[in-house]
Amino acid sequence: MSHPTPPAHPAAHAAARPTRPGASRRAYRDSSAPIAGGVAAGLARHLAVPVLWVRGFFVATAFLGGFGLMLYAGLWVFLPADQHFEVGAPGLESATRTGKRPGRRSRLRDAGPAIALGALFFGVVLGVEGIFGQGVLFWPVVLAVAGIGLLWRQADEAQRERWMDSSGRIDPFRAIFGNGGWAAYARIAAGLGLIVTALIVFAVAAGQATFAMPVLVAGLLGLLGLAIVVGPWALRLVNDLGAERAERVRTQERADMAAHLHDSVLQTLALIQKNANDATTVARLARSQERDLRQWLFEADTTDATTLAGALKEMAADVESQHPVVVDVVTVGDCDLDESLRPLVLAAREAVVNVAKHAGTQRADVYAETTGGAVDVFVRDRGAGFDLGGVAGDRHGVRNSIVDRMARHGGSADVRSAPGEGTEVRLHMPRTGRPESRHEPHPEPRNESHHESHDEETP
Amino acid sequence: MTQTSPERPVRVVLVDDHAMFRAGVRAELAASGAGVVEVVGEAADADAAIAVVREQQPQVVLLDVHLPGGGGVEVMRRQPSPDALYLALSVSDAAEDVIGTIRGGARGYVTKTITGPELVDAITRVAGGDAVFSPRLAGFVLDAFAGSIDVAAVDEDLDRLTEREREVMRLIARGYAYKEVAKELFISVKTVETHMSSVLRKLQLSSRHELTKWASDRRLL
Repeated sequence: MSHPTPPAHPAAHAAARPTRPGASRRAYRDSSAPIAGGVAAGLARHLAVPVLWVRGFFVATAFLGGFGLMLYAGLWVFLPADQHFEVGAPGLESATRTGKRPGRRSRLRDAGPAIALGALFFGVVLGVEGIFGQGVLFWPVVLAVAGIGLLWRQADEAQRERWMDSSGRIDPFRAIFGNGGWAAYARIAAGLGLIVTALIVFAVAAGQATFAMPVLVAGLLGLLGLAIVVGPWALRLVNDLGAERAERVRTQERADMAAHLHDSVLQTLALIQKNANDATTVARLARSQERDLRQWLFEADTTDATTLAGALKEMAADVESQHPVVVDVVTVGDCDLDESLRPLVLAAREAVVNVAKHAGTQRADVYAETTGGAVDVFVRDRGAGFDLGGVAGDRHGVRNSIVDRMARHGGSADVRSAPGEGTEVRLHMPRTGRPESRHEPHPEPRNESHHESHDEETP
Repeated sequence: MTQTSPERPVRVVLVDDHAMFRAGVRAELAASGAGVVEVVGEAADADAAIAVVREQQPQVVLLDVHLPGGGGVEVMRRQPSPDALYLALSVSDAAEDVIGTIRGGARGYVTKTITGPELVDAITRVAGGDAVFSPRLAGFVLDAFAGSIDVAAVDEDLDRLTEREREVMRLIARGYAYKEVAKELFISVKTVETHMSSVLRKLQLSSRHELTKWASDRRLL
C-alpha cells in the first residue's frame, strides 16, 4: 500500500501486518519518519517508548567512544525497513495502484537526513582524529567515510523504491539505482569517487614510508570499501527474499479469495435472473451480495464475532438475510466480545427483529458506542411505533428478550416509542472492570485488528 | 425532509470515471431534482474535472473519491473555483477515504447506494453551505475525536468537540435526521448545522498532533 504512514503504536503495528502462526514480533526501521535511517523511530515503536528517549540514548552513547554511532549503524544494516508489503483492502489497493487515490505527500524529510548525515560524518571524523591523531590517515578517512555515507544512503533509498516497479518484476538495475535520476547516479559516482580518492590519497601520503604496511592497509581498505558498497545491497536482498516469499503466498491467497467472491457474485446474479419477478428476493440477494463485496473491497477487517462491532455486524447481516430490512450498523470504539456483552448483542438482535416484524419499515439504524465504562447500543427505526402503555401486554418480546434480559445481566434497556414516530431501543451495559490485557499474547492472534489498539486509548 | 427549493436550480458538475454511473446520476437528478438541481457539466478524471469546474463555476461538485489523476482530493486541492462546494459520492466508505476526503475540503460524503431524492437533498444542503453527515460518517468523526480526546486530555479545548457537538454527532450516528436532532436537543436546525460546520472545521484544520497521530495510527491519512 502506498499510504506510507504506519501505525505508530506497537499493538496497532503488529495488527497491521497479517500474523503468521509462530511469527515473532520483530523490529523494523520506520522509513516513514527517518532522520538518518529511521532506526530510532523503529526501535521506539518496537520497545513502546518515546522516540526521544531512543534518540537521546544514541546521542548519549555516541560520546562513549562512538558506541552509539556504531550501534546505530549496525542496526541500520540489520533491521529491515518496514511497510514493504502492507496490504489494504483490494478495492483500495487497486484504486491506489491505478492512481485514483491521493498519493503520499512529501514531508519535511529532505533537510533532516542531510543534517543527520552531516552530524554523523563529523562525529566519525572527530572519532578518527581522537583515535589516530591528525596524522596521515585523517583526510583519507574523511573522504572514505563521506563516500561510504553517500553509498549507504543511496542503497537505502534504492531499497525503498525497488518495489515500486509497477510491473511487479524485480529489476536489478532498479535495485541499485532506485528510480534512477541524476541524483542517484551522482550519489553513486560521488561515493565511489570519494572512496577511490581516499585510497589514492592514502597511498600517496604513505608512499615514502615502509612499503609493505601501506599496501596491506590499502588492500584491506579496498576490500572494506567493496564490502561496504555491495554489503547493504546483498544483505537486503536476503532480507527481502523472505518478505517476497510471504508476499507471493499472500497474493495466491488473495487470488483464491477473489475467485471465490467472483463465483459468489456470479451465483447471486444467476439467482437474481431466475427470480427476476420476485422483487423482495431480488432485493435481498442484491443486498447481501453488496454487503459481501463492499466488505471485501473496502474494509480490511472482516466481520468477526469475537469483537462487539463484529458481532453486531454479523447480527445485522443475519437479520437482513432473514427479514426484508436494511440494517445500518455504526460503531464507535470496540472491545472484545466477552460473556457479559453477549446478552447485549442478543437484545439488540431482538430489537432489530422487532423492527423487521412490526415497524413496517425497511430500515433500522444500529449505533453502538463503547467507552471505558460502558457499552451503549441504540436500535432505531422510523416505522409505525406503538404506544408503550397500551400494548404492553402482547409485547412479550420486548419485555422478556430485551428489558428483562438486560436487567438480568446487569444492564438496562429503555424503549422509547410513540405511534407514528418510530421506535428507539436504548441498551446500556456497564463494562465489568476487566483489566486491559492487550500486550499479553492473545489466545486468538488472528483477530488483533484496529479495535485492539483503539481500545487502549480509551481506557 | 423539507428543503425550501431555491429560485434557481443548483448548478452541479458531475465527476466520476464511470460513464454509466454519470449517466445514471444525471437521469436520477433529472427525475427527482427537476428544477432544483441542474447538471451543467461532467468529467471523468481529475484534470478534466478541474477544467470543467473552472469553466462552469458550479455551486456543487459531485466528486468521486477514486478518480484517475490523483483522486477527488487532488481536484479540491487545486481549487479550480473559489466558490465551488464539494460533495463526495463514492462506493467506498472506508474510514481512510472518508476522513481523507473531508480533510481535503469536501462538505459532505455520501455513498453510491443513496437514493435520488436523498442525493438531491444532500446537494441542496451542501449548496446552502451545510455539511452533510451520514450516520456512518458521524460514527467515524466520533471515533476520531474519541481517540484523540482521551489521550489529549491535557490539550486545550480548542480542537476538541464540545459536549453539544458530540451529542449532535451521536444522534446523527444513531440515524436521526437533522430535524429530529434539533427536536431531541431542543435547538434549532440552524444550530445543528452550525455544530456540523464547526465539527467539520475542527476535523479539517485541527493540527493538534494528537489527532494526527490518532489518524495516522489507523492509517486514515
